[in-house]
Amino acid sequence: MTIVRRWYWAWIGGLIIAALAVWGIVDNQRLFLVTTLNGLTLAALYFLVASGFTLVFGLLRNVNLAHGSLYLLGAYVGWVVGELTGSWFVAVAAGFLFAALMGLVLQVGVFRFMQGDDLRQTMATIGLSIIAADVALWIWGGQIYQFDPPSWITGTTALPLVGKFSTYRLVLLATAVVIGIGLWAFLAYTRVGMMIRAGVDDRGMLSASGVNVQMVFAITFAIGAGLAGFAGVVGGTALSIAPGEDTRYLLASLVVVIVGGMGSVAGAALGAVLIGVAEQFGLAYAPTYGIVFTFVIMALVLAFRPQGILGRRT
Amino acid sequence: MTKRTAKLFGALTGAAIATVLAAAAQAQETVKIGLLATLEGPFAAGGQDGMRGAELAVKERGGTVAGKKIELVKASSDAKPDVAVNSTRKLVEQDKVQIMVGPLSGSEGIAVKEYSKSQPGVTFINGGSGAQATTLLNPSPNFFRFNTDGGQWMVGLGDYAYNTKKFKKMALVAEDYAFPYSQVQGFMAEFCKAGGKVTHKAWVPLGGKDYSSVIAKLPQDVDALLVVLGGSDAVNFLSQYEQAGGDKPMVGGSITVDQTVLNFKGKRRESLLGTAAAGPMADSIDTPEWKKFVADYKANFKDGFPSPSLFAFVYYINMKAALDALEAVKGDLSGNQEKYREALKALKLKTPVGEITLDENRQAIGPTFITEVAKGPDGVFFNKVVKTIPKVDQKLNLSKEEFEKMGLGSRDVPNCP
Repeated sequence: MTIVRRWYWAWIGGLIIAALAVWGIVDNQRLFLVTTLNGLTLAALYFLVASGFTLVFGLLRNVNLAHGSLYLLGAYVGWVVGELTGSWFVAVAAGFLFAALMGLVLQVGVFRFMQGDDLRQTMATIGLSIIAADVALWIWGGQIYQFDPPSWITGTTALPLVGKFSTYRLVLLATAVVIGIGLWAFLAYTRVGMMIRAGVDDRGMLSASGVNVQMVFAITFAIGAGLAGFAGVVGGTALSIAPGEDTRYLLASLVVVIVGGMGSVAGAALGAVLIGVAEQFGLAYAPTYGIVFTFVIMALVLAFRPQGILGRRT
Repeated sequence: MTKRTAKLFGALTGAAIATVLAAAAQAQETVKIGLLATLEGPFAAGGQDGMRGAELAVKERGGTVAGKKIELVKASSDAKPDVAVNSTRKLVEQDKVQIMVGPLSGSEGIAVKEYSKSQPGVTFINGGSGAQATTLLNPSPNFFRFNTDGGQWMVGLGDYAYNTKKFKKMALVAEDYAFPYSQVQGFMAEFCKAGGKVTHKAWVPLGGKDYSSVIAKLPQDVDALLVVLGGSDAVNFLSQYEQAGGDKPMVGGSITVDQTVLNFKGKRRESLLGTAAAGPMADSIDTPEWKKFVADYKANFKDGFPSPSLFAFVYYINMKAALDALEAVKGDLSGNQEKYREALKALKLKTPVGEITLDENRQAIGPTFITEVAKGPDGVFFNKVVKTIPKVDQKLNLSKEEFEKMGLGSRDVPNCP
């Protein structure tokens, strides 16, 4: 009975949204489509950051509140390397590698000593994120940094119905899709991916069957952190990097994984799309109150499905 | 030594050291000044430069005033009013500062002004915040502002945009809080009066980052955009506007094309050339006082901007006012700082842009400069002065009746679609 009622509400909500969408298309088709595309490209960025966050949580049960710092530090290091080498692609690689290395150091040097101790881990990560933010402010100052991507991805592309749209944002969307599929394939078909999935289900069992769990943890953490650093450079190119971005993306990742379901990569993708699209439609159609949309979605999910849309009860 | 006696011994040593230190501090009297700016959030770059400006004013006096040592206690906020009040509270109640300089951003200023009413023993001097309401509505007797406000900063620009730039129809993009309201009012009061139309207003959240959908909604049939965004918001908007293929000329607010924005690391800033803006200062003012200020700034802060930003400037003048008045009363802060406040009110502050005085609400009356972005021979971007309005008061140089009829700036005031 409750399930029927829940779906009944979902249908009503869906109908209202569909009606609004039809009105949006009839009212101004171009604006509607551009906003949708903007929402999807923003979602792509959110997904890149949140996928690493959720991967780490799923396996290690570690809410890494320094995830935003990995994003910001990866972006800064990427920027420095990009300036030195003059290549944006090297900058992206550097952002990934540096953040992955940081993640490795964090896991091996810090979190291994407080496994299963949620509160201590949370406090430690908050502390680390504050230190990282201050160190970054000290080294790079409060300036605003922007990347110089190769010219073929900086212009605009004419799309059917939509018209001119930023090429870079389309590249961002494609990148996120590729990474998403890659991540899924990695988890589904490789040996390490298999171990990670096994670890998510039952860590004790995995360890008992002779797998070096600590190594699996370290690899997962490195990949998750690397994705944050990667997103730092890629996102910094679309927008910009400045102090404060760390908490911004940490909050975005938190909202995305809470909506999508902690520990689920597919959930991160779904959550990212919901939040990204809601944010952009808010900005375009209700600029003053748009910021509320994100949190309405979060509140609804928490009220009706506390484990997240694709999350599993633990 | 047992563990316990060791602990006791340690505690005693600590106490002894503390006593000696306290005695040393008393030998040369200190005056404690709290300094609050945003080192996080969208105005982090501005906040950092604001700190430099305040430090410069202290350095000019060799770190002492009226024979007392100046002790700066710094704190940070992130442009949100509640954070600013918490940081101020910490400085006032925990660190026991006697004078408070800050905060940086508009809504923060209003919140700190309200808080100042509960602390009559401390004198509050503004840092960089420029919302009109701070000193115009329910002013606080111990809150002083030696910088002109966001509305005053835009006086003359509306006229310049309409008559010189020939923009008749404009669309507006501005952040949704007190300071841009003031800025937009300062601009639109004149622009609308001259006959201009502002057909579309987009108020966006502070620190919003992704403006692509706001840009998609901008009307195509306008002559120019009025962009009142600051710091990283401005950079994000400008680069995304270009990414989206936008090509309208722009008129900026006082912090839209500030040094923080002109110096962002990236190549896309070329598109800023020719952008008109207005503010309480400009990079290229041609007076010896201004040039000395810029030279001092450069000499003291190797890691600073090529020339001081607006925030460095306003923090500098506010801190300078705090110290000049302190000198005038020979450091006398007794009697609930009564004498000190009288000195502040009577101060004719010598600043790099000319003299600044206070009105009956303890709000500054000072000059405004209309500027355009130009490129120097060394490739450095700067704001070239095209016009100066020597004295601007808080009523935007309108008559009292005219100003009161219009009311305070908000999302819908003024309006001329």
